[in-house]
Amino acid sequence: MSGISQEDVAHLARLAHIDIPADQLGHYAKQLDAILNAVAEVSSLDTANVAAMSHPVPMTNVFREDIPGVSLTAEQALSGAPAVEDERFRVPRILDEE
Amino acid sequence: MSDLIRKDASELAGLVSSGEVSAVEVAQAHLDRIAAVDGEVHAFLHVDTEGALVSAAAVDAKVKAGDKLSVLAGVPLGLKDILATNGLPTTCGSRILDGWIPPYDATVVTKLREAGVVILGKTNMDEFAMGSSTEHSAFGPTHNPWDLERIPGGSGGGSSACVSSFEAPLAIGTDTGGSIRQPAAVTGSVGVKPTYGGVSRYGIVALASSLDQAGPCARNVLDTALLHSVIAGHDPMDATSINAPVPDVVAAAKRADIKGMKVGIVKELGGEGYQAGVRSRFEESVALIESLGAEVVEVSCPSFPAALAAYYLILPSEASSNLAKFDGIRFGNRVGDDGSKSVEQVMSETRAAGFGSEVIRRIILGTYALSAGYYDAYYGQAQKVRTLIKQDFDAAFAKVDVLISPTAPTTAFKIGEKLDDPLAMYLNDVATIPVNMAGLPGMSLPIGLAPEDNLPVGLQIIAPAMADDRLYNVGAAIERELLAKWGGPILGMAPELAGA
Repeated sequence: MSGISQEDVAHLARLAHIDIPADQLGHYAKQLDAILNAVAEVSSLDTANVAAMSHPVPMTNVFREDIPGVSLTAEQALSGAPAVEDERFRVPRILDEE
Repeated sequence: MSDLIRKDASELAGLVSSGEVSAVEVAQAHLDRIAAVDGEVHAFLHVDTEGALVSAAAVDAKVKAGDKLSVLAGVPLGLKDILATNGLPTTCGSRILDGWIPPYDATVVTKLREAGVVILGKTNMDEFAMGSSTEHSAFGPTHNPWDLERIPGGSGGGSSACVSSFEAPLAIGTDTGGSIRQPAAVTGSVGVKPTYGGVSRYGIVALASSLDQAGPCARNVLDTALLHSVIAGHDPMDATSINAPVPDVVAAAKRADIKGMKVGIVKELGGEGYQAGVRSRFEESVALIESLGAEVVEVSCPSFPAALAAYYLILPSEASSNLAKFDGIRFGNRVGDDGSKSVEQVMSETRAAGFGSEVIRRIILGTYALSAGYYDAYYGQAQKVRTLIKQDFDAAFAKVDVLISPTAPTTAFKIGEKLDDPLAMYLNDVATIPVNMAGLPGMSLPIGLAPEDNLPVGLQIIAPAMADDRLYNVGAAIERELLAKWGGPILGMAPELAGA
């Protein structure tokens, strides 16, 4: 399995929406490289005929009765929001200027 | 300091229901204890003095009216700060949620309130439950009451420390890879991770949804069982909740009879890498179990050595997805929104400022493991190893009733000792992780002090899914013998805290 470079960390941080300062990328790369080397042990077992398991209990869809119930009010739902306007979440701009 | 703080939960419930002591007196005694010692221990992130006294007074009113009370009515409890509490802060030990007050209660919290359990406050934890020492809390570490320079375990170190420092007789933890059991082991308390699906996850901030499970922490097996019985059961709000009767854990804790049982020692969870005093106490408890009429055999679980590696791919993968919701849009803090930046820039600055280094490491690791091109080699392979672990357990439980191992490889280490070495930190959970991977119930029970450092050692007991009652039966049988040998609870051997 391959190692992980500072550029990889910068790319992954962008995907994960975390603005890691440039001077910390090397530190994270070194630690993540060590962790990846250790977790590569998962390849040590023969799993040729083994099915993957995502969950410890059998997962089946669970339906509830289609009866209207009580849900949060707009005020409750917005109570923890960092910015609110007109009973809505106020967000930073989502389109570029151009 | 009032004697009430040293009483068991079952005893306190009896005193309150008979009217000998009021629930308000019990709550006040524990609030006084917190005021006296929590400056040193730092088990609590938020103490709800007013709310605790109000709910205690409501229990007293019921006593006066002659209403029927639940088994733990009027007993105080510390709640891990990962469970949503209506009107009370819920931070998950993270800056990103500092100041957030949820608009609803987790199902576990609803059950506790309905049972008249008095919630004293929210306990400290590693940020988003990522860690084994509580050092990764954004609000400073919790200290182990046995030695304030040492860690109380993690991620639920606040819950284990509040119980073992007599700030509360009960606490709720959550366990994704050992976060109830390892803290119990290093603080000389009892902790149980129930069967996956046995306790509702609704309203618990998810770390790794396929592994997370809330459970009880206390100072003895019966109290742990009583709390288990209060919080367990089917919940339609959690799609993974098991719709079946809760095993009778309280009756099992009272039975305490293991004659004729078959107990398996997991060969792969012990020996090299385990501290000498941990090994010697474990060997003594094996002899004790045999003396109680159980047959002890060694069983092999050959895939367990790869469990830690598989866990540190599955957990970060699920966490990187679960934690995507913390983006400063709908709740929590927002950073850098000066009107000039795009939503992506604001999210990225918010998450960089709001998350600590361990959370960032695991999100990056999970993002990597789920990336196109790496998915099969990492996440896919880890899921196959998970199947092998489950098969090992299935084969073992075809031969024995319960499995045992040390809970953790070492006693409590010094604060700061492993903080910059994530891999060394991860090894703390080497014995507890396989249990979560298979969704099984597990208990940690104190079995003595390691001779070399006089710090508590825990025994892990593992049972098949939905056989949680076996943990309590075995645990109570061992506990009874050890209490007789020690002449009282292990926490009686802990040093007095200066604040007291």
